[in-house]
Amino acid sequence: MTKALKLRFNRRQLCIPYAAFLILFVICPLLVIIYYAFTDGTGQFTFDNLVQFFSNTNTLGTLLNSIAIAAVTTVVCLLIAYPVAYILARSKFKKKYVLLMLFVLPMWINFTLRITALKEILTAIESNIAMYPFLNTVIGMTYDFLPFMILPLYTSLSKLDKSLTEAAEDLGANSFTVFMRVILPLSVPGIISGVTMVLLPSMTNYVVLDMLYNSTYIMGSLIGSYFAAYDWNNGSMISLILLIIIFIITLATNRFNDNGESAGRTIL
Amino acid sequence: MKITKKVLSVVWLVLILAFIYVPILLLAVYSFTDATMVGGAIDGFSFQNYITLFENEELRSMIGGTVALALGAALISAILGTLGAIGAFYSKRTAKNLINYANQIPVVNADVVTGFSLCVLLIVLLGIGKDTFVPLVLGHVVLCTPFVYLSVIPRLKAMDNNLYEAALDLGATPTQALFKVVIPQLLPGILSGFMLAVTLSLDDYFITTYTKPSTFDTISTYVVNATKGGQTDIKTALWALSTIIFLIVVVIVVLMNVLSVKKKKPEERI
Amino acid sequence: MNQTSTIIELKDVCKSFDDTVAVENFNLSIQKGEFVTFLGPSGCGKTTTLRMIAGFDLPTSGQILLNGEDISNLPPNKRPVNTVFQRYALFPHLNVYENIAFGLRLKKVEYETTDRNGKIVTKKVHLTRREIDEKVKRVLDIVDLEGFEKRSVSTLSGGQQQRVAIARAIVNEPEILLLDEPLGALDLKMRKEMQIELKEMHKRLGITFIYVTHEQEEALTMSDKIVVINDGEIQQVGTPTDIYNEPVNTFVADFIGESNIFNGMMTGKLKVKFCGAEFECLDDYEINQYVDVVVRPEDIIICKPGEGQLKGRVISTVFKGVHYEITVEVGRFELVIQSTAYAAPDSVIGMKIEPDGIHIMEKVYTENKYDGVITKNNTVKFGDGEFECDVTQLYPGSHLDEEGYLITASGEQLDLTGTEVTVEVGFADITMSDEEDAGGVEGSIISMIYKGDHYRYIVRTEENEEDYVLACPDLWNTGDKVSLIIPSDKIKLTLKPVAGEKK
Repeated sequence: MTKALKLRFNRRQLCIPYAAFLILFVICPLLVIIYYAFTDGTGQFTFDNLVQFFSNTNTLGTLLNSIAIAAVTTVVCLLIAYPVAYILARSKFKKKYVLLMLFVLPMWINFTLRITALKEILTAIESNIAMYPFLNTVIGMTYDFLPFMILPLYTSLSKLDKSLTEAAEDLGANSFTVFMRVILPLSVPGIISGVTMVLLPSMTNYVVLDMLYNSTYIMGSLIGSYFAAYDWNNGSMISLILLIIIFIITLATNRFNDNGESAGRTIL
Repeated sequence: MKITKKVLSVVWLVLILAFIYVPILLLAVYSFTDATMVGGAIDGFSFQNYITLFENEELRSMIGGTVALALGAALISAILGTLGAIGAFYSKRTAKNLINYANQIPVVNADVVTGFSLCVLLIVLLGIGKDTFVPLVLGHVVLCTPFVYLSVIPRLKAMDNNLYEAALDLGATPTQALFKVVIPQLLPGILSGFMLAVTLSLDDYFITTYTKPSTFDTISTYVVNATKGGQTDIKTALWALSTIIFLIVVVIVVLMNVLSVKKKKPEERI
Repeated sequence: MNQTSTIIELKDVCKSFDDTVAVENFNLSIQKGEFVTFLGPSGCGKTTTLRMIAGFDLPTSGQILLNGEDISNLPPNKRPVNTVFQRYALFPHLNVYENIAFGLRLKKVEYETTDRNGKIVTKKVHLTRREIDEKVKRVLDIVDLEGFEKRSVSTLSGGQQQRVAIARAIVNEPEILLLDEPLGALDLKMRKEMQIELKEMHKRLGITFIYVTHEQEEALTMSDKIVVINDGEIQQVGTPTDIYNEPVNTFVADFIGESNIFNGMMTGKLKVKFCGAEFECLDDYEINQYVDVVVRPEDIIICKPGEGQLKGRVISTVFKGVHYEITVEVGRFELVIQSTAYAAPDSVIGMKIEPDGIHIMEKVYTENKYDGVITKNNTVKFGDGEFECDVTQLYPGSHLDEEGYLITASGEQLDLTGTEVTVEVGFADITMSDEEDAGGVEGSIISMIYKGDHYRYIVRTEENEEDYVLACPDLWNTGDKVSLIIPSDKIKLTLKPVAGEKK
């Protein structure tokens, strides 16, 4: 072995602890989930958990309800956040970074405390917040996840090369055409990454519902209640179904994601 | 037409900012009163909520525990993630890709699923006691490390590849080169990864619920339980906590902005 | 090219961003079908001018006339002008075909048709798919990219992207094609090829090209007309041969081609003295006038020592392929010769310069002159800085008392605070230091020209962009931040004529 080779080897070895960690605590739990999803309480192999999920109107209703809530929340977030990100990215305001900070700052406040604040306001306005479960859930989720939509949109819009919009104008496009044909298509990666960051949590973050005295269920709530009942097998089945949904969404969005866009959550 | 566009833009921004900040600010105002409900009549201003927050033993230990957990988990994550990133970056393509994909799993996965699966593995299958705090800490490290990894990798990419070789060329051992040249170069990435890890851990509810000892609470789990409970003095003390956290976040963000503006004065940020 | 009608005219165009002036009093008219190049160092305002013609920036004042019509405030999508961008600005989400068809799809053409009542009406319609197809195919053929229609632009090489960018612009049949340093991102060989291709394309298309570059060689190769720009102002407009052979000032001479530049003085009718010798020349200036003299390195002819006007020792000889580059020391001057003849280092040679090889131009900078104000410490503030000075020179025979008041010859006590004066400083009296705060003012070097035995620098302050011209034998670099030191006895003060009482 030459010395140079030895040195290289040394640097690579640094990833061994993390690789082991990932295998033990990221991969293994998922395998365990699969095992538990297809066994019963005594460890016997079974499809019962799967059958039970798809034959029970309650659980199926929950799945549909989560999809509806997630879809509406995502669309609402997108409709609110796109103009915000667009205005911020295009503004000539010198300190627009500060403005952006204003919009994403709540991200760093504990979400349960933020939802508490929202709950108090909603209670003051609606007097009985249990009366509008769907509306309140969407408001709550939007309140919670809006910064995660604004940030990737802003990143992708502000990265947009100004000469591209100039080129479009130069070729005869008016500002509407420039937006539709250049800006919107080029911000698709930002949209996709914002959508994934809102879509998934709004299917699973049942604490928002809980805190808003909401009696309806989303997928996450099911796991919560199976956990409370020590029903690991059915809980694992729900987790597995969620995992598959997540896997499909990730696969579908992956080809749009240019590198690093998913790191939108990592701004600080 | 240009003016209407401008006015509309400003109106939109203000509306959304109001949506974001009115609940937080209103709660902050009410935290200084003895009202028990937002929107209720204000009899007078008082610091009772803040006094409760600092005097109630349960609240104090809960906050202390949350912060300790966040700092501890973030520290472990920072070390693990940095080493992982350096190792993976210089590994062969397949190894690198495998680590990248595995790293991505906790990032895209729902926290509920991450928490539940860890609970099943560690507590149900391996029988590790919740009271040992091992599942809780491991859970938070699983949550945080991928983000440290993701903040270090871009720094590695941006780093001049010859730096490490230059250090070796000048007589440093690989370990010295790592600590004297590579790590200092990565420091901004490691730091922002650490900060991110702290905020993620502070914000977490799901992983904590599924892995925590029954007697231990973080802010998140405590708040959720408190909203279900009927103790109004605790409930309003949490308003005070919310206000304090809001102020701390504002101060940190302002400080970081001032610092970063000073550091790179000639260039414009973003 | 035989058409001589003006296609575009810039009248007194000025552009400033915030406080900095980018373009100043630009007056230029360009003929139909010309290949015009804007040439100048980076930041000189050439790109800004181009962007104003394209419509991306609006002039602060002045007019831009296209075919006699004022288009100064027209948005870019309404101008019959297309641009090839510096880094191409190809749309990454569209393939080659769609990039080129982008403008065509937006275009509406008028056509006449009879409506239901039999009346003839003009309608505006989009081009049909077939028309677009034909046009795209044709330009792809022109730029040699047949078969690339479906390719994603990100898979193309730099040169191919360049061609797509050109195709995308010319497919719209613009009256003027603007090219903003289009070859800057290509490597040298590619650049040379594209230069020839662009030139041929210009001939074939017959439309006006306005080309922006900072490369003098590119400009000389391609253009019908070169506009040399520096510091937001036009320095010279002319054909490549004019610009090279008859530069109007030292900036142009120094920027285009290589040159020996000297300070000279007219010693008689068509006689000039520089480098310690007297020469005959073709330019007529007043006797005793100080002038700048430019001699191209290839115009210096090597001869035997004793013959010719100059004699010197060869310092270095470098083989450059076609010629030798020979540096010669003549007294305290240094000059560069390009010659096919060899001269051995350390040998002594004679040099001859024919009258037509000597270009004489008026000096642009003759003195540093500023408006200044005396402060209460008897220092003077001018040109963004504050300097110690001798205020007694304002009143002959005066002196300062202990408290700093000026006592005139007649014994009168004067407080000079706030007095407005004219300040003059000689070029050689200013020294540069790289220590901050060492002198009275700081600035950065914006220009330097070698004058045989010294460099002439222009230092510009940051705050109000005041310029200091100075001569210095040491080598500094453009962009260096320096502090300027002026000894107090070298600052010449004169009282401003009191036109009216101070308000």
